Amino acid sequence: MNIGGGAKVSNMRALVVDDNMVNQTIHHRLLQNLGIENQVVKNGKEAVDVHSSGKYFDLILMDMDMPIMNGIEATRTLRAMGIRSTIAGVSTRSLDQEKQEFMEAGLDDYQEKPLTKAKLVSILHKINHSG
Amino acid sequence: MERNQLRRQLAVMRQSLFDQGFLDEQFIQLEELQDDANPNFVEEIVTLEKSPLDFNKLDSYMHHIGAKKVKAESTHFREYCKAGNAEGCLRTFQQLKKEYTTLKKKLEAYFQMARQAGPKEIAGRSK
Repeated sequence: MNIGGGAKVSNMRALVVDDNMVNQTIHHRLLQNLGIENQVVKNGKEAVDVHSSGKYFDLILMDMDMPIMNGIEATRTLRAMGIRSTIAGVSTRSLDQEKQEFMEAGLDDYQEKPLTKAKLVSILHKINHSG
Repeated sequence: MERNQLRRQLAVMRQSLFDQGFLDEQFIQLEELQDDANPNFVEEIVTLEKSPLDFNKLDSYMHHIGAKKVKAESTHFREYCKAGNAEGCLRTFQQLKKEYTTLKKKLEAYFQMARQAGPKEIAGRSK
């Protein structure tokens, strides 16, 4: 499937990291609707664990506030592990300071919830342009 | 009731939810994720958060489904609480609960009619 700009999402794999079931369902469906195979985990630790098991994802949609391990810590950990996937922070937080902290943890992009198709496509364009 | 008539009524009901300010564009975003393989996606999302445990969850949930009036009351509630205005906080909280209950009833009626009308009842995605 093309998402415009010559970008293709076929064979792309994504990871949804969010503790909220509504967010999980919507983000999973948004990705599925664009033809992107995706997996859902419910906190940062599970995101780290799934990478430790050897899996790779082209895109990680990372929520900020999660139990056990939050998005900021998970992003830092994944980058320290050498994970170079595109990580897009997706959060309801809109304060510049919080967003800055999240970005500095290693994000490639940041979008405010609710995530829409247009926002997701803008993230995907970044993957293809940097890939 | 004849199916086409049901679908027309459903479309009218849907439009009134937008016209009366209960829903906004975000609801349409959810509708666009519905297809033959996921015909009840919107209803699944709306009914997923059965009893929000706290205000932050409710607030996030209302943003996701495009609950315009509830979001507005939620903003007022936050502002009063942030300002330390206890009376305003309580008043807006009561209004927030009222708007949430009203929306919940309207959406329940809408989805009930949608189930009766059958698939492809979302006629015209325009707002």
